[in-house]
Amino acid sequence: MIRYIAGRLLAGVFVLWIVASLTFALLRFLPGGPFDKEKTLPPEILRNLERRYALDGSLGEQYANYLGRLVRGDLGPSYKYVGRDVADILGDALPVSIELGLLALAIALTGGISLGLAAGARRETALDRAVGMVSLIGVSAPSFVIGAGLILGVGLELDWLPAGLWEGPRYAILPALTLAALPLAYITQLTRAQVVAVMDQDYVRTARAKGVPEGRVRRHHVLRNALLAVLTYFGPLLAILLTGSFVVEKIYAIPGMGRFFVTAVTNRDYPLVLGVTLVYATLVVAANLAVDLLYAWLDPRIRVAGDEP
Amino acid sequence: MTGSRLAGAIGALLIVGLVLGALAGDRVAGYRFDAQDSAHTLEPPSRAHWLGTDALGRDQLARLAEGARVSLLVAIGATSLALLIGLFYGLVAGWVGGRVDGLMMRAVDVIYALPDVLVIVLLIEVLQVTLVGVPDIARRVAALVAALGFVGWVGIARLVRALVLQAREETWVEAARALGLRDARILLRHVLPNISGPILVAAAFQIPAAILAESTLSFIGLGIQPPFSSWGTLASDGFEAMRSYPYLVFSPCLAILLALVGFQLLGETLRAVLDPRRRV
Repeated sequence: MIRYIAGRLLAGVFVLWIVASLTFALLRFLPGGPFDKEKTLPPEILRNLERRYALDGSLGEQYANYLGRLVRGDLGPSYKYVGRDVADILGDALPVSIELGLLALAIALTGGISLGLAAGARRETALDRAVGMVSLIGVSAPSFVIGAGLILGVGLELDWLPAGLWEGPRYAILPALTLAALPLAYITQLTRAQVVAVMDQDYVRTARAKGVPEGRVRRHHVLRNALLAVLTYFGPLLAILLTGSFVVEKIYAIPGMGRFFVTAVTNRDYPLVLGVTLVYATLVVAANLAVDLLYAWLDPRIRVAGDEP
Repeated sequence: MTGSRLAGAIGALLIVGLVLGALAGDRVAGYRFDAQDSAHTLEPPSRAHWLGTDALGRDQLARLAEGARVSLLVAIGATSLALLIGLFYGLVAGWVGGRVDGLMMRAVDVIYALPDVLVIVLLIEVLQVTLVGVPDIARRVAALVAALGFVGWVGIARLVRALVLQAREETWVEAARALGLRDARILLRHVLPNISGPILVAAAFQIPAAILAESTLSFIGLGIQPPFSSWGTLASDGFEAMRSYPYLVFSPCLAILLALVGFQLLGETLRAVLDPRRRV
């Protein structure tokens, strides 16, 4: 098991190194420097600027310099937000995005699993069909469509909740719902399909035949197997929450990471882009690792296979 | 089964509508999609402008139809690209096997581990800057197609490889070998037709994924940009004045929703028909 974990950790670090290098290379091959948008600068000022931001060495030197600082956790100064370090900016933005993401995750998991269980256990009833219809729209709709609906309906028409900004718990509800919609619908479909499949299994029939109460059968046999399927979806789920946060943070004017990333790319704020990319990639790699470990822990068959070299 | 057949029919109907709209383009509205009319700005839906006009007096229906064109073009382009690369890569990896397969799949694992959004955004940025001398709209469409295709091929390659690995152990492959057929012929004439069902299903689901990605990217300002029209751009414009002119955000959102639901339904029906593994 320890060898397995160590191997996975090493693979994770390798992926992060690839991400860092690729991003570095891609951004450096873009024509146009970060100071092009301002009016033409005298050459000596430009030289000083480039020295200040360590852009004057050869590409190899810049790369080595960048990786060296990265290992020490230094993401460098931002080009556009003068006087601020990337780590500093991310330190402000990341907690906001994480809070929003966790809230959406909680909504999607609890809502999706309970809806899926309810629909799957009552196959072909009106409830099942209604859940099926709503989840179909949920998996199809882009988050800005859901957002438009929620803002227009709940935010403006009914005026129940604030439809923008980030100033307290009440402000988080609509954005979190918008962000949760897609994974919520998908988890519902996934859980339902799994429940339907498990309900017909021999061991469920055996449990029932033994006289195990229905509630216990569902909790112990059906739910546990349905959860395994949801767990496999965790990696993609996190990626969806990240992508979604780009849009959700834009439409609700939330000062999180997603908003910074988009503007940083168009501004060619290299260090900020690299910083955001690395934070995202780290999150995804860590989540995938955690999922694999959890999976191994929950499913004994994998645990055994994982021990073999 | 009747339920799924009905769902498939609804899906097909929605898609036919979308394709017709895209083929007709702004002709359905009788206005050019970029024709401005300062005397008729921000008008609510009327006989003259069925879906109203935007802040520059452009006909919303014309812009919507033009957007359908862009969305469909990007989706079909990206899906074809993903299918082409994925098929080739998966066929080679699965058929050759051994260390070549191992190496090829490691490379796929690395790409798979990269967050999609980041790859897409960075690729689009690179392509838009590198394609100099190409008209703006063509450049943006090409960048979107390339970026979405690049993210999409990995999943198809994995699927194709797994299917080929399975198929190559079958007795009919052995029989073809015994007859002395060349590898390429066995692969293309025998293996590929046999595994095409699940691949087609996967490709069918790539189309709505690409439409979704394109509209989202255009929405956050990284895809198509005004004066050109895309559903994402229209929705983004609509958001600016949502309180006063809700119809401007309503129509693009509804269009996207209908198109995506249509493709989702069609994909699920195809899967029920073509993919034996998923048949209940």
